Amino acid sequence: MAEIVKESRIEVTDGALIPDSAEKSIFSAWNISFFGAIIILILLPILSPDPYKDILLFIPDGIATTFQVTVLSIIFALIVGLFAGLGRLSRVKIINRIATIYVEVVRGIPLLVQLFYIYYALGKLVQLPRMTSAIIAMTFCYGAYMGEIFRAGIQGVPQGQMEAALALGMTRSQAIWKVIIPQTFRIILPPVGNEFIALLKDSSLVSILAVSDLLRRGREFASTSFLYFETYTVVALIYLIITLFLSRIVAYMEKRLKINGRV
Amino acid sequence: MAEYRIQIKDACKNYGEVKALKNANLNIEAGEVVLVIGPSGSGKSTMLRCVNKLETLSSGDIFVDGDCVTDPKSDIRKIREEVGMVFQNFNLFSHLTALRNITLALTTVKNTPKEEADEIGKKLLARVGLADKEKSYPGQLSGGQQQRVAIARALAMNPRVMLFDEPTSALDPEMIKEVLDVMLDLAKEGMTMMVVSHEMGFAKAAADRVVFMDEGEIIEIGTPTEVFDSPKEVRTKTFLEHIL
Ligand SMILES: Nc1ncnc2c1ncn2[C@@H]1O[C@H](COP(=O)(O)OP(=O)(O)O)[C@@H](O)[C@H]1O
Ligand SMILES: [Mg+2]
Repeated sequence: MAEIVKESRIEVTDGALIPDSAEKSIFSAWNISFFGAIIILILLPILSPDPYKDILLFIPDGIATTFQVTVLSIIFALIVGLFAGLGRLSRVKIINRIATIYVEVVRGIPLLVQLFYIYYALGKLVQLPRMTSAIIAMTFCYGAYMGEIFRAGIQGVPQGQMEAALALGMTRSQAIWKVIIPQTFRIILPPVGNEFIALLKDSSLVSILAVSDLLRRGREFASTSFLYFETYTVVALIYLIITLFLSRIVAYMEKRLKINGRV
Repeated sequence: MAEYRIQIKDACKNYGEVKALKNANLNIEAGEVVLVIGPSGSGKSTMLRCVNKLETLSSGDIFVDGDCVTDPKSDIRKIREEVGMVFQNFNLFSHLTALRNITLALTTVKNTPKEEADEIGKKLLARVGLADKEKSYPGQLSGGQQQRVAIARALAMNPRVMLFDEPTSALDPEMIKEVLDVMLDLAKEGMTMMVVSHEMGFAKAAADRVVFMDEGEIIEIGTPTEVFDSPKEVRTKTFLEHIL
């Protein structure tokens, strides 16, 4: 019954280039981009060590921050998303309405605007560390997208599962938590992986709030050395290598899920 | 009233314009095995699913052991514990092992301690001939094995009634017997059963009565001999000619 997983596959719009498993050639787009980027990143400091070595010594601090923002935001977004998704499917009108409004509002406002807004709006109430505001904003935004993924995932679990649980005397909420939700994880893992990649890229926006992520470190280096082109070349290559690497992991996970689909 | 295990009184169920069940009346005594037959869309599943309130009647009443299923005030979950159900597509919980499928409701609904639930689960797996499959996931089992696990899962709640909705229709022919054998054993042990099925062998071996339905109505009720060998109604006759 692995078809179930396939049927309820959630289409991706904003991930990185996902390697197509049918594409076996050494010269696949993924291989060229990934290994090309790595080779360039290795050759640059060898061929012209003068700016590139310094750049490569200065920037990597930001990678940890980028991952910190991304990982924390995705974890909180998953929690928010689970409840947003359940809310969107709730039979209670008011809960359903609130969840839907949340999703619509988030979708309608650019992430950068949300970042500014939450940062300064929160700033009026409490003075939070920049990093915290950034994570709250990313969570708020991505929680809505996660909500849609959870909603599709829950709807992808066959109706009969709920009926079987109810027939055994479980309450609706017991059935949801013990039977339905655990089965959605298999369905949503690939799209969540893609959201993770998208979020990692979008996390570059937090540099605007002076959180010293990868991009911000690049800006700091460039603004003192005036080597804008060289610095941003390195920044772009590092982002590219990370997202391509992650996209391969997502593709691998997806394949594994399909193969030993014990559904 | 409590003399009947299941009592269906003037039951009607409408889906919008569709009258899926029209004024059905049926009393089932403890230990009886009642087979429900009829063409596709005749309301067999609907009648079964109203007994444990997976569907709600539009009018009429259903009692299980004297408890009114259709009364909004009665605790439907308590009634469902007494009524096991087996589905055409098994509906095993695909993320859980065979054993955990059986014990999940015990630990969540009845708060049975895990060790005790495991013991019950293992006994039931042995009873349906799958003692060696406790660690298997549904996807690793054949259709016949899955359906036997599903029966064990329903039995775990120690029900007084078992409902079977076409339990062998989704199975490859060579797997039908292993499921019917489990059902026959249950019938012999005195379980009250309502079975939607067109398996003649099972009907002759285990059914006390046969109910023929058509277009949402119960057309004829009788012993297997009466209904199969000398049906009173023309519609029954036509249908039987069709499936035999
Ligand atoms: N959920 C539903 N919504 C609308 N119509 C339904 C639904 N379930 C069953 N029906 C209709 O009710 C009638 C009886 O269906 P059912 O009880 O499933 O028949 P059977 O099990 O005998 O094949 C059919 O006409 C069917 O289309
Ligand atoms: Mg049916």
